[in-house]
Amino acid sequence: MSLKVDNLRIAYRTLRGDVRAVDGVSFSIADGEIMGLAGESGCGKSTLGNSLVFLEGRMNHVSGTVELDGVNLPIADYKAMNRHRLRDVSVVPQYAMSALNPTRKIGRMTADLVKSRGADYRNVLEEFKRRIDLVGLPQNVLNMYPFELSGGMRQRTTMVISTLLNPSLLIGDEVTSALDVTTQRAVGEMLMEFRDRGFVKSMIVITHDLSVLAQIADTILVMYAGKLAEKASSNTIVDRPLHPYTQLLLGSLPEVGLRYDEAPLTGIPGRPPSLLNPPTGCRFRDRCPFAFDKCAEEPPFVELRPGHEVACWKAMEDNAPVNSEPASQGAEP
Amino acid sequence: MSVNTGPPSTPEDFAGGTSPGPTGSPVLARSVGAGGAELAAMAPSAGADGFGGGRRWEFLHFALRNPKLMIGLCVELIFVAVALFGPLLAPYSPTYHGTPGLHPSAQHLFGTTYPFGTDVFSQVLYGVRDSYVVGVLGALFAGAVGLVVGFAAGYRGGVLDEILQLFTNVMICIPQLVLLIVISAYLTTRGVLFEGIFIGVTGWPWVARAVRAQTFTLRERDFVDLARLSGRRAVSIVVKDIAPNMASYIFLVFVLLFASSMLVAVNFDFLGLGPTNGLSLGDIMNQSTLWSALDLHMWWWFIPPGAALTLMVLALYIANVGLDEVFNPKLRQT
Amino acid sequence: MSMLEIRDASKVYRTGTFGGELKLVLRRVSFNIDRGEVVSLIGQSGSGKSTLGKIILRLSPLSAGSVNFEGTDISTWAKGQLRDYYRHVQGVFQDPFSSYNPLYKADRVFEMVRSVYFPNLHGRQWHDKIESALESVALNPGDVLNKFPHQLSGGQQQRLLIARALLLEVKLLVADEIISMLDASTRVDVLNLLVDLKRKGLGILFITHDLSLGNYISDKSVILREGAIVEMGETQKVFGNPQHSYTQSLLTAVPQLHRRWAGAGESVPAGVPAAVAVNGSGGALGQAHVANVPVDDDVFRDGEARRYSKSSLYPPRSSGPHEPAHDAKRAGSGPGPRPSLMDIPDQPWQRRFGLAAPKLGAILAADGTQALVECEPGHFVAVEDEL
Repeated sequence: MSLKVDNLRIAYRTLRGDVRAVDGVSFSIADGEIMGLAGESGCGKSTLGNSLVFLEGRMNHVSGTVELDGVNLPIADYKAMNRHRLRDVSVVPQYAMSALNPTRKIGRMTADLVKSRGADYRNVLEEFKRRIDLVGLPQNVLNMYPFELSGGMRQRTTMVISTLLNPSLLIGDEVTSALDVTTQRAVGEMLMEFRDRGFVKSMIVITHDLSVLAQIADTILVMYAGKLAEKASSNTIVDRPLHPYTQLLLGSLPEVGLRYDEAPLTGIPGRPPSLLNPPTGCRFRDRCPFAFDKCAEEPPFVELRPGHEVACWKAMEDNAPVNSEPASQGAEP
Repeated sequence: MSVNTGPPSTPEDFAGGTSPGPTGSPVLARSVGAGGAELAAMAPSAGADGFGGGRRWEFLHFALRNPKLMIGLCVELIFVAVALFGPLLAPYSPTYHGTPGLHPSAQHLFGTTYPFGTDVFSQVLYGVRDSYVVGVLGALFAGAVGLVVGFAAGYRGGVLDEILQLFTNVMICIPQLVLLIVISAYLTTRGVLFEGIFIGVTGWPWVARAVRAQTFTLRERDFVDLARLSGRRAVSIVVKDIAPNMASYIFLVFVLLFASSMLVAVNFDFLGLGPTNGLSLGDIMNQSTLWSALDLHMWWWFIPPGAALTLMVLALYIANVGLDEVFNPKLRQT
Repeated sequence: MSMLEIRDASKVYRTGTFGGELKLVLRRVSFNIDRGEVVSLIGQSGSGKSTLGKIILRLSPLSAGSVNFEGTDISTWAKGQLRDYYRHVQGVFQDPFSSYNPLYKADRVFEMVRSVYFPNLHGRQWHDKIESALESVALNPGDVLNKFPHQLSGGQQQRLLIARALLLEVKLLVADEIISMLDASTRVDVLNLLVDLKRKGLGILFITHDLSLGNYISDKSVILREGAIVEMGETQKVFGNPQHSYTQSLLTAVPQLHRRWAGAGESVPAGVPAAVAVNGSGGALGQAHVANVPVDDDVFRDGEARRYSKSSLYPPRSSGPHEPAHDAKRAGSGPGPRPSLMDIPDQPWQRRFGLAAPKLGAILAADGTQALVECEPGHFVAVEDEL
């Protein structure tokens, strides 16, 4: 039981053409795995994550397949996806504390939601109450309106409702981004707890904050300009990244204890390329300090070390791919 | 109604490199959702040149493709042409006395009146012009007063806001019709100018309220703070920073005022409180009632002016809806 | 005498129906900023840090206390006198795009400054001035001039705004979360720029919620919680040896690349007892993981400022509120005392029917905000109470 994404392409229609937000992305997630999807704005991570649940009007599914637990997910078909939403795939949005309808009581709203997915609310009610208790909320939350709760309580409520039907896949879209440091930690730990208790099987946590992913994710997938850059376990990404973008990104994160006087950080010069007409070859080429001739050709996303996939010619030069031709790609340094 | 309430969220507008929002309370009004910001960052140079350049082209592009706007505009322009050139093309003078009570025919397209036998078609052609004049005057005055009051109350807030709100509420409560009757009792003649100004001066409260509300929102934007930090004065900030961001809304307001002024004028004219000189569509209908056109089955006397007025106002309202769709990307049906 | 001295700054908002409730957003905040010094004002949402920034920029009025710039209390200045103030004190805000009016080109922000402060500078001279300001923020004039805001990246937008401030003889820059909406790779460049400017003598108030940023660039740090300072002092001392439990709980909750939450021993700041529970081993939901460190029992609580209603504070009928010692401090505070909530006496009939608002002084006295104690040279902590 797992998620398998194969060569997914999603584009936005605009007046000037198609913006290729997700351009040929393939990866898989095992059961019980929390995968962090990291990248900066414009890399396509939000588009990728959201497309697995709800393809907005402007988004266009160009090609590729998504398979969840062996079943094909018809992401392009809004009606067909209705059967899967909340039961198989669910999402916790950013600003989860504002995601509740202010005019319905929480219990009523959840009942409607659950019924619309074809489940019986009475069966679910017991479990709902148990989970409400688990996250530390009082039982009468079900009879309250959202504005009667504090922001943190709403956050917890939304997370419980999203996972009520035990979805196989939970997508957290920047869940921790707008939160205070202490709340962020509690939300992160709650996500892990949900996975540990089996409320959800696997998770995709989308964020730009690598430090949070280092805490909660098992694997991290780094995206750049609509394509995958690197995927490995979170320890590997943090300690031994191979892709130059990941390395530079990690090098630009301030940490407590580091001061400018001791160790000035450097950012990454330049800007990500426009996805209306993406450049040929490696998309990071313009900003990469290691770029060389071969980078004019697009690098494949291959496994260079066990469990560690990278799309970079230089990384491939330094480490022969795990199961493929020898490293002599004919590259000139 | 659309106002630039925050950073762009359509694929067509772009801001570079912003990542998802601030910590703490969600900034709903700004709605830089992750999707929006990502989208915005994806094609940084592909966007149009903002309002000043390509954004206007974008509006024009959608405007030309919006059926409501186009149809409404065309119908309205026909009537504007009638207002401008109608009196020149009228076959008869509106005061011509001929055979009364004739049915519509080739010579008298809308028949004649009773008992004086004036040509209804000619009267309607003149009447459209008069109605427009009153409409424009009313819209201008109501718009001007409403904008000033709305901006002042919305930007300053505090005591001035309280006073202006009180004033606005009092104006709402005073019935236009009663006031008009009272004032008319003291005037010997009433002109078209008077009617236009009167409608304008009594029709602004809703404008003030709406503008005040929008100003409140815009006032909180950072660029207003930046203008204050640059030592700019309040009037300058309102005129140059706040008002242009509401331009589409203000435009719509004027369109609505135009339409409603005409309707209000018809109401007054129908009751005989219209201008003592001149001949508007409402006056035609007033006369038709006075001379019992309904009982005499002279439908051609009151239906054409009524239909003309209905079409004039309806076309404006429909164009208004179309305009709203043009200005507000979220309402478009792409 | 420091360049900027904030003394007992307090701010109240009226809320509730008929404005019967008072919300205390800032509680007697006092600290200084010197020339060439970066002071971080660190706090979570609701702590009042942005409010203080706006008060210093005179975009929001102060309810009590004073803000002294180079010796003069500017919180009472009228709008006309502020023009000179803005020559020396400027601000940059969080959302770079929102700081620009989208209808105009980005460099209009320069033009706005010119028309008020340099009305006689035209053409070549003005252009040179702009170019040198852009150079100090490492922007290429050709890249950013004559463009609309959405054609610039977030980093460029923020730097342009800093350049605008540099056009004037600015001595203090209030940077309110200026990099939180930028990408990680561009944040550092703006941060390094701030340090650069600091070395040239600019004082900076760096408002942020992110402790690692505060640690990176600031000389002094002020930790704010619900409108009151809990700890402040030299950055290295505050971060290296946090004394207040709130600071400690913040530091343990910051996600770090090489240290787990509830870090198992290594790189835990001194003074914080090593805690238990590694990643994923199922902890109590909604509770911070750290054992032995007292934390707020509801981690999810919004940073709601204290609320006071008249019934809770204002004794009906009997003696009116007593003026606290706080008043005595204000008594000698310079010419032209501004009428405040404390000065306006209640009418007897107001007291009779409980219609008068509680006095700010009474609120502050009942508030119980503790004074700061110097635990080591240059390091101040609030005495902990049952907050």
